Amino acid sequence: MSSTTETKQSAEAGFGGMQARSGAQINATSRISVRNLDFYYGTNKALKGINLELPDRQVTGMIGPSGCGKSTLLRVLNRMYSLYPGQRAEGEVLMDGRNMIDPSVDLNELRSKVGMVFQKPTPFPMTIYDNIAFGIKLHEKLPKSELDDRIEWALSRAAIWGEVKDRLQSSAMGLSGGQQQRLCIARSIAVRPEVMLFDEPTSALDPISTLKIEELIDELKRDFTICIVTHNMQQAARCADQVAFFYLGELVEVAPAARMFTAPREKRTQEYITGRFG
Amino acid sequence: MSTTIFEPPPRAAVRRSAALASRRKAVDLMVKWFCLAATLVGLFFLASIMATLLWRGLASMDWVVLTEEFRPTRYGDETAPKGGLVHAILGSLIQTAIGTAIGTPIGLLVGTYLSEYARGSAFGNVLRFVSDVLLSAPSILIGLFIYQLVVLPMGGFSGIAGALALAIIVIPVVVRTTEDMLQLIPNTLREAVIGLGAPKWKMITLVCYKAAASGILTGILLAVARIAGETAPLLLTSFGNNVTSFDLSTAMASLPIAIYQQANSGFPDLIEIAWSGALLVTLGVLAINIIARTLLRGRQ
Repeated sequence: MSSTTETKQSAEAGFGGMQARSGAQINATSRISVRNLDFYYGTNKALKGINLELPDRQVTGMIGPSGCGKSTLLRVLNRMYSLYPGQRAEGEVLMDGRNMIDPSVDLNELRSKVGMVFQKPTPFPMTIYDNIAFGIKLHEKLPKSELDDRIEWALSRAAIWGEVKDRLQSSAMGLSGGQQQRLCIARSIAVRPEVMLFDEPTSALDPISTLKIEELIDELKRDFTICIVTHNMQQAARCADQVAFFYLGELVEVAPAARMFTAPREKRTQEYITGRFG
Repeated sequence: MSTTIFEPPPRAAVRRSAALASRRKAVDLMVKWFCLAATLVGLFFLASIMATLLWRGLASMDWVVLTEEFRPTRYGDETAPKGGLVHAILGSLIQTAIGTAIGTPIGLLVGTYLSEYARGSAFGNVLRFVSDVLLSAPSILIGLFIYQLVVLPMGGFSGIAGALALAIIVIPVVVRTTEDMLQLIPNTLREAVIGLGAPKWKMITLVCYKAAASGILTGILLAVARIAGETAPLLLTSFGNNVTSFDLSTAMASLPIAIYQQANSGFPDLIEIAWSGALLVTLGVLAINIIARTLLRGRQ
């Protein structure tokens, strides 16, 4: 991927009115490697033998019909499933040479490296400042001035600093939905994770807010490895470098976004992205 | 061949359905009037109680009632000094405050355990059931329990025994509201906190309690309102006292028991004071309820 202008140019020639990215080659090193991953909700097998590489500082889009396992995979990557008894994973999720689904992994440390943004904005019932400071204070003891700097940095990176800098001490619950979602992104990046997971981050937002979040994701991938689950094919085409298509718990196909939306290899992929089912 | 898609129904059927419709309307109206009548009956008794209480209570309410201790009957002698209820007011405040202070943290922790740690577990379900049974247990039994456990070993009635009995009544009320209010918090908020790398206890204390604060506070206030008017558990524990006492190891007065004793005395002037006491308790409980409801509305 060279520049944004190039992306926009190539978008014109996109497939079926979709804007597809130009970067056809995924040649970055892998940040997370998923190997032979199975996942169970009780006895129900929700993921079957998943193999997927998340390239460093690139955006991986995960698409597929509801219940196909894409959100489940996301919840494996930060071990969110460990909150719920009866849910278990088998296989390997390698990050820095360690298997992250091993029971011995320190979950709080893992989650500080793998941040998550949810479908609905989840501001904490406290001030905007405290929302951002909350995550930082969990992992670091910073003097007040450094904490202030970090909070400004995080809010700026999440493109919301200008809107909130004069009301840091007012409640985060008073922000609009789109602002709340950017606040949640700021809260996650304030912890300085390496990987950011987005679970349908714009499905509860209006088109303008959606656009802002998408631009933000494009900006954030300079520093973070990003994984985004979306039901919106155009969004996957606009945001993702690599797209993975899931169906009934299987990873059907993974390919660079441009190729995925113009020349999918699998019949099921083609049927899904052209709206034949799902 | 007909040009309309739907055939018109035969005339007889139209007539039948018209009759049916008018009968349904009549039943509908009747049910509505029955409901209204039942409501009015309930409201009538409530209004009658409140009116009597205000009328009789205000008649003898004065500064003396609020500032003087108990005095024996004046036998109709208007020049003799009149007694008051300050000993009972202070006793009620002390016992209610200590009962709330002991019962609230226990109830809060049990409610938290049920909501955040024992969801769906068999032990949690048993605990919830026991707590609900306690919620509706006759309060005289709680008095008897403390009588056996505290009053007999201590060798006498005491204010602390009364406060402990009230604390036991507070616990299940706070357990239930704490669990209910924590359950209203969406799971995604919990996951968002955990997702930042927070341990569970920080999630509960720093975020969940904050999100449920006004609801939990409402529950505590409702528990206070409940114990402020309790009589039975105090009869067997703090017993009552005719003078002001701040000593928790001896018998202590309380408003409900002062009302009970003076209303039973048979002397008109003491019965008048009992009416004032009843009005005081009612207004206090009413005020707490209004505050609780305002808090709950503020959160929605």
